[in-house]
Amino acid sequence: MRAPDGPIIVPGDTILAVEGVSLAFGGVKALTDVSFDIRKGEIRAIIGPNGAGKTSMLNCINGFYHPTQGAITFKGLRRGKMRPSEAARGGIGRTFQNVALFKGMSTLDNIMTGRSLKMTRNFFWQALRFGPAMAEEVEHRRVVEDIIDFLEIQAIRKTPVGKLPYGLQKRVELGRALAMEPEVLLLDEPMAGMNLEEKEDMCRFILDVNQQFGTTIALIEHDMGVVMDLSDRVVVLEYGMKIADGVPAEVKRDEKVIAAYLGQPH
Amino acid sequence: MDLLYKIFIDPFVQMGAAPDLLVQTIWEGLVAGVLYSLIALGFVLIFKASGVFNFAQGIMVVFAALTLVGLTEKGVPAYLALVLTIGVMFLLAVGIERIVLRPLVNQPDIILFMATFGLTYFLIGLGEMIFGGSPKQMVTAELGLPRGAVDVNMLGGMVSFQKIDIAAALLASVAVAALAVFFQKTRIGRALRAVADSHKAALSVGISLNQIWVIVWFTAGIVALATGIMWGARSEVSFALEIIALKALPVLILGGLTSIPGAIVGGLIIGIGEKLGEFYWGPLVGGGIESWLAYFIALGVLMIRPEGLFGDKIIERI
Repeated sequence: MRAPDGPIIVPGDTILAVEGVSLAFGGVKALTDVSFDIRKGEIRAIIGPNGAGKTSMLNCINGFYHPTQGAITFKGLRRGKMRPSEAARGGIGRTFQNVALFKGMSTLDNIMTGRSLKMTRNFFWQALRFGPAMAEEVEHRRVVEDIIDFLEIQAIRKTPVGKLPYGLQKRVELGRALAMEPEVLLLDEPMAGMNLEEKEDMCRFILDVNQQFGTTIALIEHDMGVVMDLSDRVVVLEYGMKIADGVPAEVKRDEKVIAAYLGQPH
Repeated sequence: MDLLYKIFIDPFVQMGAAPDLLVQTIWEGLVAGVLYSLIALGFVLIFKASGVFNFAQGIMVVFAALTLVGLTEKGVPAYLALVLTIGVMFLLAVGIERIVLRPLVNQPDIILFMATFGLTYFLIGLGEMIFGGSPKQMVTAELGLPRGAVDVNMLGGMVSFQKIDIAAALLASVAVAALAVFFQKTRIGRALRAVADSHKAALSVGISLNQIWVIVWFTAGIVALATGIMWGARSEVSFALEIIALKALPVLILGGLTSIPGAIVGGLIIGIGEKLGEFYWGPLVGGGIESWLAYFIALGVLMIRPEGLFGDKIIERI
């Protein structure tokens, strides 16, 4: 069964469109001719078995990888190659599968790095830490404190993140991405390795971010229950190819998807 | 028995007998240590932010000092020459980032290390071509650096402090304090630490690696210039200065490659240790232990703490 082409739930216009993207590392094909779109304000899940190319897809979207073929249109701008800094400046924030935090720095400083692009005072003032740079520091600190309140991590503000348990690290990483005030938030397995309670918290935060700030979210997740509850639409990858695309209820019934997850009957 | 007495008892008896001499020795060690610290600081800055062990740090010290002296010799007023030299160090940082680091990004560390070797010989050649190979006098007077000594009557004797050494120690302390604040409290400092921790995470929040590399190499260039001025004022400016880079190695091993406080404390320990060792224990083996004692101390530390006194302990999950 193929996913229907017509609009299903329309939270908004397309903000990001992946068009015929292929990615190869030497002879290894990570992605083959993948196309899908992400609409403004929706929660879009990317699922698939291990090695299906989900993380490669996110890496293409935020400019870590450049597609060998195809292009990605973001906010009306079609690009074959995009640098990570351009993606960040354009409003794409992300978290990583294996938490990538600045381990020696405190929670507060980690989240402050998310404000890097919003802080514009030049090197001279920065070096002196005086005048405008000081006022700017204070202003951004306020935003960061709000994020800390939102994520309920006041207690660990000053703790070096390397010392935090995994679940909290994931939360700090989300905080850092939120500090960028992204339009599109890419979450790579935000709930991997978490216990039930932590997963529920994380689900709540993701929904809150989506609803309160109107942030568009693309997430990779393995927990099917979570995916089906959270997401508006789901795209399914297997061996680097798209095998299904649609609302959770449809995708769940799709024979190809079932086969991909449970294995082909012989 | 006699030897044990000479090693473990006699030096301390001497120290107690002439405390003014002890103070003088420690001061000499402290001053040498400050300079070691500054060189080590240059290494640490670059290693933290880009993971490159910059073999060229020593030659950067010489190159900066030569540029300053060379410009003055050509008739440029000393202070203007200083500003121009800072400009040259900036251009050097931009050039290194563009020509050396950017094409080699994501290459193994050893490749980058080798590239800094190339940089070393390039800078030696360039320096000799422009300024000639003969030793030069540092322009201390023109820069308004103090001369002469302050003699203090203390502990039943006379202790002499060279004014230039006092200035060096003060300048180094101010520089280190400023760097510490810059690293801890500003956006760029945070970005520097972020890049040191994780390249991909830094990229994901929009920090530009290229910009950060220019800033660190420029900062290391400034530190090199300060070192060059201070060291040049004590001896002279020549390519022989380059070997002081090797002096930084035991300091780095002692303090840990990734720690700024480590570079400072390590430098001071090595500096003081060397002078005390030479003065009190040196005669036992006929002197001359200053040149290898530092490595000996570093080796001892390495056996007990492989990550250095302040370095990051790397625990790998297997």
